[in-house]
Amino acid sequence: MSKHHVSTTINGEPTEFLCEPQLTLLDVLRDELHMTGSKEGCSSGDCGACSVTVDGRLVCSCLMLAVEAEGHAIETIEGMARGHDLHPLQRKFLEHAALQCGFCTPGLLVAAKALLDRNPSPTETETRYWLAGNLCRCTGYDKIIRAVLDAAAELRGE
Amino acid sequence: MLAYTAPSTVEEAVRALAAASGVAKVLSGGTDLLVQLRTGRAKPDLIVDTKKIPGISGIQERDGGFVIGAATAGAVIGECAALRRAWPGVVEAANLIGSTQIQGRASLAGNLCNASPAADSVPALIAARATCVVAGPNGSREASVESIVTGPGRTSLARDELIIAFHLPRRPPRSADAYLRFIPRTEMDIAVVGAGVNVTLDAAGVCTDARVVLGAVAPTALLVADAAAALIGRALDDTALAGLDQAARRACKPIDDKRGTIAYRTKVAGVMARRAAAIAFERAKERA
Repeated sequence: MSKHHVSTTINGEPTEFLCEPQLTLLDVLRDELHMTGSKEGCSSGDCGACSVTVDGRLVCSCLMLAVEAEGHAIETIEGMARGHDLHPLQRKFLEHAALQCGFCTPGLLVAAKALLDRNPSPTETETRYWLAGNLCRCTGYDKIIRAVLDAAAELRGE
Repeated sequence: MLAYTAPSTVEEAVRALAAASGVAKVLSGGTDLLVQLRTGRAKPDLIVDTKKIPGISGIQERDGGFVIGAATAGAVIGECAALRRAWPGVVEAANLIGSTQIQGRASLAGNLCNASPAADSVPALIAARATCVVAGPNGSREASVESIVTGPGRTSLARDELIIAFHLPRRPPRSADAYLRFIPRTEMDIAVVGAGVNVTLDAAGVCTDARVVLGAVAPTALLVADAAAALIGRALDDTALAGLDQAARRACKPIDDKRGTIAYRTKVAGVMARRAAAIAFERAKERA
């Protein structure tokens, strides 16, 4: 089987990899590039644990072939903190105890950041609808929503 | 063994499809295709990714209508203010497909060619008299959206054809559309029933033209001429609504499954048609 050579940008770093055509972006992120922050939950686009952005657009990395990344800019959870400085969303998730097992957390953080990048002042309803594609089986969502809204307020300087 | 190609012209894409030795699949957003690859329901030998073809993603206004590239993501459709204003029903239907993540990739061509009876954008596109541009070995042809799906998972496209764009026609004044679907939760589910209604009114609020299309109540989306006839020539009064409800119910040929029984789907189809008509009429009046 012929492998494809893919040139992409991941979290601002030019990145190249070889991949077989049937591999998903999630497969390559985790198994080839050893960026295991993006999680495999359902592999059918239902749970959002593998959320990344492609050219700023939120997608499930399990529903994208790795070869499709050619020429695009990917952002993953690994690009969210700056060294030891957590992103405000990450800090607020900790402060509000917005996670228990943590499996959904990377996807939720990536999805929440994509929301706040577009809409710095989302309502609770907008936030809940935006994050409806990220399933959490532990928290009941309430703490997650509070954490996102609190992070949004901090980012607005309130 | 699976092969992948991302041609940079429509002609190359057609040639790749024609030359494929086994099963070839066209990839736009991939939100259905990748799930089918994973489950083994689709076992293509070749994937032809359309997204490197110039113009395959994006929306243009042309001659008072719109051209929507076949692979344009739902989120991009939802962000186009001019399209939302002219075709609110088409936009709300496209935006009902899946989560934010799915909206980042899912396309009209994929929703149509996946050929699910419950596809949300399809009834709205048919109600809108949308056509698609189908590219093939002899150039391109224009086909009505309702001529594409022939049954669950089946289309009328030849193996060397692909959809490259959708056309939405110019709107007369006082025209609007609406799409509603029924699901047992607030979002992110598969339609039990969908209803798309597109109307044009005269200055007195009397309907001069209508299209009513039902989804998820038959093997393909149903364009219900009798339901449209119940609206045309009337304001949206009790007689029109009763005729619409009855015609919609009579057209249904649904299945019994975990999402709804035949009786339930049939009843709900009448309700959804009435409610979608009410929204379409209201929107059309606001454009007077």
